[in-house]
Amino acid sequence: MVLVLAIGDLHIPHRAADLPPKFKSMLVPGKIQHIICTGNLCIKEVHDYLKSLCPDLHITRGEYDEDARYPETKTLTIGQFKLGICHGHQVIPWGDLDSLAMLQRQLDVDILVTGHTHQFKAYKHEGGVVINPGSATGAYSSFTYDVNPSFVLMDIDGLRVVVYVYELIDGEVKVDKIDFKKTANPR
Amino acid sequence: DEQFESPSKPKFPILLPHRLRVTTEASCRPVKYTTQMIADGVEDEEKWLAAGIAGLQQNAFYMHRALDTNNLRDALKFSAQMLSELRTSKLSPHKYYELYMRAFDELRKLEIFFKEETRRGCSIVELYELVQHAGNILPRLYLLCTVGSVYIRSKEAPAKDVLKDLVEMCRGIQHPVRGLFLRSYLSQISRDKLPDIGSEYEGDADTVVDAVEFVLQNFTEMNKLWVRMQHQGPAREKQRREKERNELRDLVGKNLHVLSQVEGIDLDMYRDTVLPRVLEQIVNCKDEIAQFYLMDCIIQVFPDEYHLQTLEVLLGACPQLQPSVDIKTVLSRLMERLSNYAASSSEVLPEFLQVEAFSRLNNAIGKVIEAQPDMPIFGAVTLYSSLLTFTLHVHPDRLDYADQVLGSCFKKLQSVGKVEDNKATKQIVALLSAPLEKYNDIVTALKLSNYPCVMEYLDTETSKIMATVIIQSIMKNSTRISSADKVEALFELMKGLMKDSEGTAEEVDEDDFKEEQNSVARLIQMLINDDPEEMFKIMCVVRKQIMTGGPKRLPYTIPPFVFSSLKLVRQLQGQDENPFGDEATTPKTIFQLLNQTIEVLLTIPAPELALRLYLQCAEAANDTDLEPVAYDFFTQAYILYEEEISDSKAQVTALHLIIGTLQRMHVFGVENRDTLTHKATGVMSLYSEI
Repeated sequence: MVLVLAIGDLHIPHRAADLPPKFKSMLVPGKIQHIICTGNLCIKEVHDYLKSLCPDLHITRGEYDEDARYPETKTLTIGQFKLGICHGHQVIPWGDLDSLAMLQRQLDVDILVTGHTHQFKAYKHEGGVVINPGSATGAYSSFTYDVNPSFVLMDIDGLRVVVYVYELIDGEVKVDKIDFKKTANPR
Repeated sequence: DEQFESPSKPKFPILLPHRLRVTTEASCRPVKYTTQMIADGVEDEEKWLAAGIAGLQQNAFYMHRALDTNNLRDALKFSAQMLSELRTSKLSPHKYYELYMRAFDELRKLEIFFKEETRRGCSIVELYELVQHAGNILPRLYLLCTVGSVYIRSKEAPAKDVLKDLVEMCRGIQHPVRGLFLRSYLSQISRDKLPDIGSEYEGDADTVVDAVEFVLQNFTEMNKLWVRMQHQGPAREKQRREKERNELRDLVGKNLHVLSQVEGIDLDMYRDTVLPRVLEQIVNCKDEIAQFYLMDCIIQVFPDEYHLQTLEVLLGACPQLQPSVDIKTVLSRLMERLSNYAASSSEVLPEFLQVEAFSRLNNAIGKVIEAQPDMPIFGAVTLYSSLLTFTLHVHPDRLDYADQVLGSCFKKLQSVGKVEDNKATKQIVALLSAPLEKYNDIVTALKLSNYPCVMEYLDTETSKIMATVIIQSIMKNSTRISSADKVEALFELMKGLMKDSEGTAEEVDEDDFKEEQNSVARLIQMLINDDPEEMFKIMCVVRKQIMTGGPKRLPYTIPPFVFSSLKLVRQLQGQDENPFGDEATTPKTIFQLLNQTIEVLLTIPAPELALRLYLQCAEAANDTDLEPVAYDFFTQAYILYEEEISDSKAQVTALHLIIGTLQRMHVFGVENRDTLTHKATGVMSLYSEI
């Protein structure tokens, strides 16, 4: 059982002051093995905070990020899965599933994690999974008027990944889960 | 029976004078005790102590032999000789104590022996008289106290009689160090034998009143001895004397501790007997060291409830003390204790009101500060700080009291001018942080009219620190500041962070500066009101303030302002009727304002940031169906892209943003859309992969 936190679009301090207290109390160091961050933190303090939760931190660059050295895309392997990260402002039309699927094929990954739209999404698409953890602070988005703070926790176990999404709706944390199974690679 | 000697004949040989017994070669020289030798210092003191211990141990050895063989006569002889070592004048209190402790341990064995003797038939009364035949008074009195302990335990006489006799006999020793240790011994062995309520020594004649009387008398005599030390010896040794006095102070203070443990002393007895007698001694001794220590002792050992009920008397003693006494520390500690008492339970709060604690303390402090115009500002602020903490705990709803304290502090600061002293500045920060911590709400603290006045007196650096403390409090408590007035008042306190102070340009560490400005940005997120009208007023105040921040601050402060404004635009969209009526604020007005604001970023220059913000505004304008406004924002973005952004990586990102935004725009008519798309493709063709 490997826990991977997928989080992003916090937009601190431009659009939000801090993570919601209920999220903060849930995210404690030592429980998570990897963090995947879609970008737009935006400042070093947030980077340090995430690093304190888990030292294995992977970030891609969002267009408001202070640190220009984050890569545009990143791939990594966790267990049997290949994961790809990209903020998503580079993929136009923004949020378009087909365009994202194209990126997924380009990066050759099983799970693609992107952000930018501040909307939680988790699709199974042509043998792969596309996940958008939304905005962890519920930051303003030109994409949608209705943003609830959210993040995703993936439990990777062999060929199976369970995606838990945590959303803060009307002051309460609601959890949903989606199961994905990968077929073993014939290659 | 050889154990019963006739009391009329002194039985003990004239005790040998204290002799320096050294084992080094120096012992060959004739030894003379001169003040020079005394002044020669620690090395010699070590020798004297070693000699004293050796003599003590030697006599103790023989004493043990006598105890083992039930030889009362020899026991008394050798114990007296042993105790003679304590007659020395050569040791500093610190070293004397070491000797004393060994004697003390030996006397415990002797006491057990005396007890057994009485069981073997020896009369305690006769024993009591017998020991008084020791040749020298000091050993005599130590032995007397030791027998006295057994006497009291035997209950053959009322405890109070024996105690009275002992405490008066000890007057025979007027040498400060020796007297203090002797009386300390008396205190130690009598402690568990006081005729307290519920004790086995309580009787018809023996009551707690007698116990109190005994302890008070011992205390008074000990204090007199202690004070006398101040005036012994030449003026040039004053520092050393004072150091030695400080080493002895706990011996005197112990008596107060004993009193605090006496069960039978209730509030009435404390108020009517104990406190007045103790204060009388403190005031009359006119000694700075004693007065400071003992006032503090009273405050620390007696219950807070008693202090409350005797507040008037306690505070009344303060002006009677020597002017050099550090009264502010005494008062600060008193207030600290009372604050903690108030914080411990809400049930005690009515008591505070009943005794008018606040006004009494306020007056007392005012008087002290007035009486000591030379008091360093650090001291005055500490006093006010303690009083404020007290007020916040005891009268949390009385903002006027808190404001009063700040007002008095402000007046004092005015008379002094700008504060340079580091310690004082730290105290002012503590003073200002206290209401924040108590109320957990900057909005309440803002109601204290004198709060900003006091903050004025901080230097720039500390003002910034204080501003950061305030921001942290807001973040921690998720406080929302929701009126334009309060925002203005808050910004007044923040001004150290939000703009350069007049005069010299400051050298700020870059990382610190970033952190500061980021915290200001976070603060802007907390300035919200769901009512669009009020929110707009707030935004105007924010804009006005950040525009004075200068080019270094704008990249941090403009983005949060822009996004808060865009949120307001959405709020307006959600309303059926324009709350502002026919005139003034519409989304269009806000977009105009935003345009003017983002423009300023170009002067810094921060074109990439400006481009992003223009595009955000364009999308928002799209959502409000304002086609020309959206077009205008797009044009601005294009201009920036073509003219201001030269880094190729930045250009790629900028292009992604332009095209991504354009793709989502539905508000444009065919013409506008074509123009914009044409421009985009024109540029795109320069790149082979996007």
